[in-house]
Parts: sequence; structure tokens; C-alpha cells
Amino acid sequence: MSARTLFAKIWDDHKIRTIGDGVDLLHVDRHLIHDLVAGPVLQQLRQRGLSVAAPELSWATPDHSVTTRSRLDRDGGNDIARKLVTSMRTETERAGIRIFDLGSEQQGIVHVVGPEMGITLPGTLLLCGDSHTCTHGGLGALSFGIGMSEVGHVLATQTIRQRRPKTMRITIEGELSPMVTSKDVVLSIIGRLGTAAGQGFAVEYAGSAVRAMDIEARMTLCNLSIELGAKVGMVAPDDKTFAYVAGRPYAPRKGAELEAAIDYWRTLPSDAGAVFDVEHVIATDEIAPQVTWGTSPQDVIAVTGDIPDPESCRTDVARSGTRAALDYMGLTGGGKIAGTPIDWVFIGSCANGRISDLRLAASVVANRKVAANVTAIVVPGSQQVKRQAEAEGLDRIFRDAGFEWHDSGCALCVAANGLHVGPGERSVSTSNRNFVGRQGPRARTHLANPATAAAAAIAGTIVDPRDLVN
Amino acid sequence: MQKFRQLTGTAAPLMRANVDTEVIIRMDRLIKYAKGELGPYAFESWRYLEDGRDNPAFSLNQPRYKGAPILVAGTNFGCGSSREMAVWAMMDMGLRAVIAPSFGDIFEANCFQNGMLPIRLPDARVAEIAAEVEATEAPQISIDLEKNILVTPSGKSIEFTVDPDRRKALLEGLDDIAETLLFEDEIRAFRQDHRHKRPWIYCYD
Repeated sequence: MSARTLFAKIWDDHKIRTIGDGVDLLHVDRHLIHDLVAGPVLQQLRQRGLSVAAPELSWATPDHSVTTRSRLDRDGGNDIARKLVTSMRTETERAGIRIFDLGSEQQGIVHVVGPEMGITLPGTLLLCGDSHTCTHGGLGALSFGIGMSEVGHVLATQTIRQRRPKTMRITIEGELSPMVTSKDVVLSIIGRLGTAAGQGFAVEYAGSAVRAMDIEARMTLCNLSIELGAKVGMVAPDDKTFAYVAGRPYAPRKGAELEAAIDYWRTLPSDAGAVFDVEHVIATDEIAPQVTWGTSPQDVIAVTGDIPDPESCRTDVARSGTRAALDYMGLTGGGKIAGTPIDWVFIGSCANGRISDLRLAASVVANRKVAANVTAIVVPGSQQVKRQAEAEGLDRIFRDAGFEWHDSGCALCVAANGLHVGPGERSVSTSNRNFVGRQGPRARTHLANPATAAAAAIAGTIVDPRDLVN
Repeated sequence: MQKFRQLTGTAAPLMRANVDTEVIIRMDRLIKYAKGELGPYAFESWRYLEDGRDNPAFSLNQPRYKGAPILVAGTNFGCGSSREMAVWAMMDMGLRAVIAPSFGDIFEANCFQNGMLPIRLPDARVAEIAAEVEATEAPQISIDLEKNILVTPSGKSIEFTVDPDRRKALLEGLDDIAETLLFEDEIRAFRQDHRHKRPWIYCYD
């Protein structure tokens, strides 16, 4: 057989049949479901007289709408969550789908819970009705986000109809300097290639920098694939992946079962000579901590850099686009972005809500105080991340500095739980989207890594975390 | 699913690149309102002024484009989150087709699930159509999915292509689930074999 890519191997192993020109019917190994989707879709299926084909292959957890600030009840803490979480609970129970419910120690953001529970495995096809499902590609799974109708299709058939995407490899070579993370690498790639570059592609990240990343950093890298336009982002599984997976609740049991799995997983990396439709090579040497200035993730610069001047844009479209983005963001082109006063800092989300992210942020915060007039919050990606952070004393560091310490959920990344940045207010956020209104109507969002966000909370302005620490 | 065969109606231009689904429908609206109620909130960040009045600069508010069922849009339209409510909101405000150089992958899939037709044409072609739409007092476009042809306001015929299986589903109003369940036995057989070859996927049962 000719040389194949990681993507092609997993796709081919899940192909049930071809159903059209370039369109295949694929088997879905793992399906994750969250509160915005679970109740409504399951209810609709029931009303249509359809049953769930393989309830043992779906897992549910509420994350989008749940209150994270002092969660007082098991029903979500706000009116909308109460409705969504209650129907999610009833419907998953009726369908026989496992749920990591509010109040349990396993609840959290789907994309944090999947990997930490060992549900996400290399070589599996994993879907969820959320565009950041690409996160799971960090473990070598083929994973992508789907719409609500497709969620219904997965539940009813345990399959997905899908056009085979083209393949892109982004080879990232070099080392990362201190305070520069995989978040900065992927933001800088999005800045260079643009937010439509990955459209229609499955992206594989490769190269020395990726091999050197731990599994959580790889998940962050893959998480922002959708911001590059790609539904799929993935990294070849290796010994680090196998060590990460081993021993987790739904992972293969240690011994013969795990050995057999690892034998298969070792066959998955792209063969030497495998051909990709598009290749990019990126050097990490020049990458500094990144921060966005506009209303698209591609509007990104080094935290040491200058805000773009619309007058220096080459085309009318670019000029008017830059002007509109700066206007929304309340910024003037030309000056340094560092020094811009901020009102909010959010550390969390499926991009940067894992234990390594909290450790990095805490290392910046230790023995410092949050600036007056800044609301700074930490929302661990899962209850397990929260307990781990507490065991390490990270919560004390954050609380002592003046951060709020929350229960887990999507919170201020998607502003569906009542928490939002006010109109015209400015936030530095470790999440993945700075779209108009994402963190609340007229909210202004600057995306950054956890160290940069933590440093902004201390300084009260956008700041290079390396300046603050040194 | 709602069928799509022919459509003739007003076309409105929205020629910004990378229109994201957040702008199409805000999170606080989609969690509060049901399908059928989202129309007034579609594109609200651009559509209304701060005091709630219509923003006259937003094309779909202008009398000649009001109620348009066809949108002529910029590249990467519908990028961002997977929220299907973006398509619902657009349909609730009367839109049935979008012509653009490219679409966010998940948004495009969601369109096909709901009887909304996304038409991809080369950049230059879309720019030409947008220019015609802007230069015409009452710009009408006719779309014929059976013939894969659209007619611009000036009467120019342009051929387009749509995934054959998606096209068939739109023309006949097919339901994906019912279509897939025709292969139920094959799916079951595949899973048995898959389970035999990769038992660790199922090992926690």
C-alpha cells in the first residue's frame, strides 16, 4: 500500500461505505454531548420515534450554560442552565447515555473531560456538536465539530456522512522561549495564513516543536485549528500520548488490552513519503507571546508589537476592515499594544483551562496582586483540574492575588452562563475567539496565552509577561 | 427537510470577509429563543444602532434589499462556532440562499441540513455579482438548482456546482437519518468487525 497520512489511516479504518462522489459513511467511536445540544436533540429524536443506536458510545456533561461563580445548586445556577441541564439529565437517562453531571467530580468542559477520562483515544473517530472538538486531535484522534442535525444523525445511527477533506501538514520547527506556548504558535500561524486557510482541510501538526510539546500543549495547538478554518487538527500519537492515556477510567486496561492498543496506535503516524495536498513550514525562533488586536483570531501581533495602522493597508477592503475592527475594539492604529488598559482577565476554556495552563498562570501571579479595577477570574476546565490545582495550592495563589476561583465550565469564553464582559469593556482572555460580541454585547476581547493574561491582570494593562516576571 | 428547487428574489450584498456565526446569532439570543423566533436577532450587532433603531448602513435594512431571500457574501462566510442556530436565524429572517467564495465548513454542512442553499463561486465572480446587485435598483437573482444555474440582475447566466449528494437531498427534501438507516445492517456488521479488530474502544462495557 502506498504511503498514507495519519488522517487517511484513521479515516480508512472507519469507512463503512462510500455513499456519493467523495462522500463516505464513517463509524463514530466516541460522541460527546453538552447542555446546549443534549436535551433538544434527544427530545426531537424521541418525538420522531427514533432510538439512540449505541448509547454506550456517547458521553454527556453540562458545560456551556452552567454558572461557574459560586455554584449553589445542581441545576446549573441560572434559569437557562436549569432548563438545559434538567432536560439533559432526563433525556440522557432515558436514552441510557452516561452523564458527568453537575455536582460530580467528573463534570467539566467536554473537551477537557474527554481526554482526562480516557474517552479520547488515539485512532478513534470522535465527534461533538461543538466546533472545538478538533482539540482531541492532540491525542491523535480524528475529531471534528458538527451541527445539531448531525448530532441527531450520530445518535440515531452512530455514523456520520462526510466529504473526505484534503490534507495539510504544518511542520513547526525549533524551540519555544520561556512564556511562549503552543497557543502563541497557533495564533501566529493563524496570523500568517489567515482564518480561512484551513477550510476543507484536515491539518496535521508535525515537526520538532510539536514532538517536544506535552499532551496538553498539543491539545491547545489543535484546539485553535477551527480558527484556522480547519475542522480537523491532529498530532501523531507517540510515547507521551500512550503514557497520558494509560490508567484513565475509559482507557484500555493496563496489560494485554493496552499493549494491543499501543501496537495499533504505533502504526498510525504518517508514513515517510506520505503526500499532503498542502505543506507549510513554520520556524518558532521568532515567535513571542501573541495578543489579538481585532475581531478575528487572524488579527494578531506579538505583545511587543504595534497595532496595525489602517492607512498602511494595501487594499480598500483591508483598510475598511482594519478600521472597523479597531473602531469596535476602541483602539487607534500605530501605537504599541502594550500599555492598553484592561477591565477583565479570563483564564480558562477548552483552549487553556487545563492544569498546565493554571500552573503557568500561577507562576506569574505568585506574590503579586491583581490591579485595582480589574476583574480577574480563573475557571478550571474541569472539576478534576480544579481539585488538582487545589492540591497544588494554586487556588491560594490566585485567591491571594485577588482572582476569583470558579467551578468548571465554558463561562466567559462563550458568555452563555450569565457572566459577560460589559459593553465597551476590555478583556484579556485565554479562550479562542475574539469575535464581535463573543464575551458579551460590545465586549472587547484580546486573546492571549495564560502567562500573558495573568500578567495583564497584575499590570492592569496589556503587558509582555516576560517584562513583568524579570 | 425543506426542499430547494428554484428561487427568484431580491439579493442583498454583505461583502465582508470572515463573517462569523457569533455575528449571525449571538449566544445570549440562541439560548433564549427557539427556532422560528430568531429572525429579529440575526446579524443584530450590525443590524441595529446602540439605541435599538435599524442601522441604515446595514444592507438588509435598506428598502431595496429588505426581506431579500438571497445574500451575496464575502469569503469564509459562517466561520466560527458550529451553532446551527446561525442558519435558523438567517432562515427566520427570510434568507434561503447565500452566494459566496467560500463558507465555514460546519456552517455549510448546517445549511444543507436545513434547506438553505450555499453556492460557492470564484472570488471574482462573487465580486461581479455583488457589483451588479449594488448597481441595480431592484436587484433580482434567479437560482435553479435543477439546472445548476443562476441568473444575475443583468440577465447573465452563471453555472454553479453543488455536492451531488447534497443537491439530491435538497431537491428531494431527503432526510439524512432515514437515508443512512437504509444501511443499518451494514453498519451493524461494520461495528462487529471494528470491535473485533479494536476491542479497546469498547473495553469498559
